[in-house]
Amino acid sequence: MKVKQLSLFLENKPGALSQPMQFLAKAKINILTLSVADTQHFGILRIIVRDWEKAKKLLEKKGCVVKVTDVVAIEVTDRPGGLADILGILEKNGINLEYMYAFTLKRESKGMLVFRFDDPDKAVEVLSKEKITVVGGEELFKRLED
Amino acid sequence: MTKHLSQNLGFNPISAPDFLPLKQLRTLQLQRLKAIVERAYTHVPLMRQRMDDNHVKPEDIKSLDDIVRLPFTQKSDLRDTYPFGLFASPMSEIVRLHASSGTTGKPIVVAYTKDDIAVWANAIGRSFAACGINRGDIIQNAYGYGLFTGGLGVHYGAESIGATVIPISGGNTPRQLMLAKDFGTTVITCTPSYFLHLIDVAHDMGINLKDLPLRKGMFGAEPWTESMREHIEAESGIKAYDIYGLSEIVGPGVAMECECQAGPHIFEDWFYPEVVDPKTGKVCKDGVEGELVLTTLSKQAMPMIRYRTRDLTAITSEPCACGRTLRRIKRIGRRSDDMFIIRGVNVFPSQIETALLAVEGALPHYQIILTRDRGLDEIEVQVEVTADLFSDTVGGLEQLQHKISKSIETTIGLRAKVRLVQPKTIQRSEGKAKRVIDQRKM
Repeated sequence: MKVKQLSLFLENKPGALSQPMQFLAKAKINILTLSVADTQHFGILRIIVRDWEKAKKLLEKKGCVVKVTDVVAIEVTDRPGGLADILGILEKNGINLEYMYAFTLKRESKGMLVFRFDDPDKAVEVLSKEKITVVGGEELFKRLED
Repeated sequence: MTKHLSQNLGFNPISAPDFLPLKQLRTLQLQRLKAIVERAYTHVPLMRQRMDDNHVKPEDIKSLDDIVRLPFTQKSDLRDTYPFGLFASPMSEIVRLHASSGTTGKPIVVAYTKDDIAVWANAIGRSFAACGINRGDIIQNAYGYGLFTGGLGVHYGAESIGATVIPISGGNTPRQLMLAKDFGTTVITCTPSYFLHLIDVAHDMGINLKDLPLRKGMFGAEPWTESMREHIEAESGIKAYDIYGLSEIVGPGVAMECECQAGPHIFEDWFYPEVVDPKTGKVCKDGVEGELVLTTLSKQAMPMIRYRTRDLTAITSEPCACGRTLRRIKRIGRRSDDMFIIRGVNVFPSQIETALLAVEGALPHYQIILTRDRGLDEIEVQVEVTADLFSDTVGGLEQLQHKISKSIETTIGLRAKVRLVQPKTIQRSEGKAKRVIDQRKM
C-alpha cells in the first residue's frame, strides 16, 4: 500500500530546481505531486511520479543525488477536522510523522495527502484498522489519470 | 642482509639494489649525478642558463654535497616551457609522453625514452617486490590508464616482475568487484580514496572483501593518512602500502613502503632526495621536516635537477627492519602549497580529510574555501552529497552538517562552516586535487 517517492538534493542557488524539472520534461515524465523543503543553504525536492524507476535512473545519470522513500497516500475527507482526525489516530498509536504534503486531486469531497512516516508499514496497518483509506500505487495512478 | 635473505623465501632478485652497501650506493649516485647534470646542461637551455646565472658548471659537481650549488627546478618551469621545452632528447628517442591534468591552464608534459621506461618499470617492480608482491600474484590495476602516469606506470612495473595484470583502469566499481571475485585478484592498485569507495560499494552489494583472495593494496597518487590506512585494513582485511611518486620525476615508484609499513623507501639509485626549508631553500638535516626535493639520476628524456615537489616530509636514515639501505621518507600527508594559516593556526587539508573520514567512513569530494569578512577569517568546507549521505528529511541533513562541523572542530580546534553541495560541482583531478581556494584579500 505504499507509494515510492523520489527525493532530490538541491543546492540553494538559482536554477537548482529548474534543472531536474527540465530533465523530467524532456523525458516526458509527469510529476503527480511535489513538495520542496528548504533551508538557508540547501533544499530537498520530493516528487511522486508514475514510473519512479525510470525517473530515478534518468536523474542519477544527469548527476542528481536521488533517494527512494516509501510514503503513504491517504484519503482525507474535505471538511473541517478531516486531517485532525487522522493525526489523532497517528498520535494515539505513537506513529512519528516526518512531513506531509497534498495532491491537487479531489474526488467525492475527499482530498489526498502524502505522509512520510519513520515506520510506514506500521502506519498503514494502524490506519487501515481505523477504516482510513490508504491508496496504493496502482489505484493512485488510476485515479490521477481518470 | 644475509639474515634477511634467508628469512624471506620470497626474495626477488630485482630487489638487489635496495640492499647495496652505503658506500657503493653513494658512489653510484655521484657517478649518475655527474652524468645527469652534464646532460641537462648540454641539452636543456633553461637549465644551462640557470646554472650559468649561478656560476656553476657540471664539472663543479665533485661530491654529492655539491648538489646544493645547483639551482632548483619548479613546476612553473614545466608550465613556462610547455610543451617540450625541458626535453633533453630528440623526439626520435622519445617513446612516451604523459601529461598531468592541469587544474590551472595548461597541463604539464613529461617524456620518456625507452631506457626511461625500463627504469620506471624497474622502480615499480621493486616497489611490488618490497611489499611481498611477486610472480603468481594477480594485480588489478585500477589506476587510470591514459595521460595520467598511474595506470601505465604500474602496468609495466607489474609485468616486470612477472605478475598477472588486469588492466581494468579506474571506475565502474561493481565491475571491479565482479572481476576481483571471479579472477581471484590478490593485489589492487589505486588511489586510497577510490579503495574507500570500493569498500562502500562492496558493502552495498553484499560482498565481504575479507572473503576474497585480495591480500594487498598499493595506494598512492594522493596524500593519505595513517587513520585511512587503519580504516582500510580493518574494513577489507588487506595490508595497505603507500607508494609515492610524481609525474615530473617519473610517476609512481619514486618511493615505496616495504613489508614493515614504516614509511616509503626512496629508490635512491634512481632518484636523489633532499629535504629543504620551503621558505629559505636551505637543506635540512635528516629527520627534520621540510620540502622534498628530488633529482632524477638517470632520466634521459627529461632530467629534473633539484625539483621542488611541494610535498612535506622528513628523510630518515635510521635502518629499517627489512635491511634495505635505501633511506625512507615520512609518509606524505601534507603539501607545502596546500597548508593554510587561519586565525593563526596552521591547517592542512589532510586534517580536514581525517575529520570527514571520521564522520562518513568514506571520503567524499570536498573543498576548503577561505574568506575574510571585516577582518575575520572564515573557513568553509564544501562537501559533495552522495546517495549514501543524503537524507530526504531536513533534520537528517542538518544533523549530517552538524556532525561534520563538530568533527572538524575537534580535529583542528577551529569552527568551520560546512556547506553541502550537489555532486560533481567540485572540480576533479586524477592526481593531486586543488583542495584549498583562498579568497581572502590580504
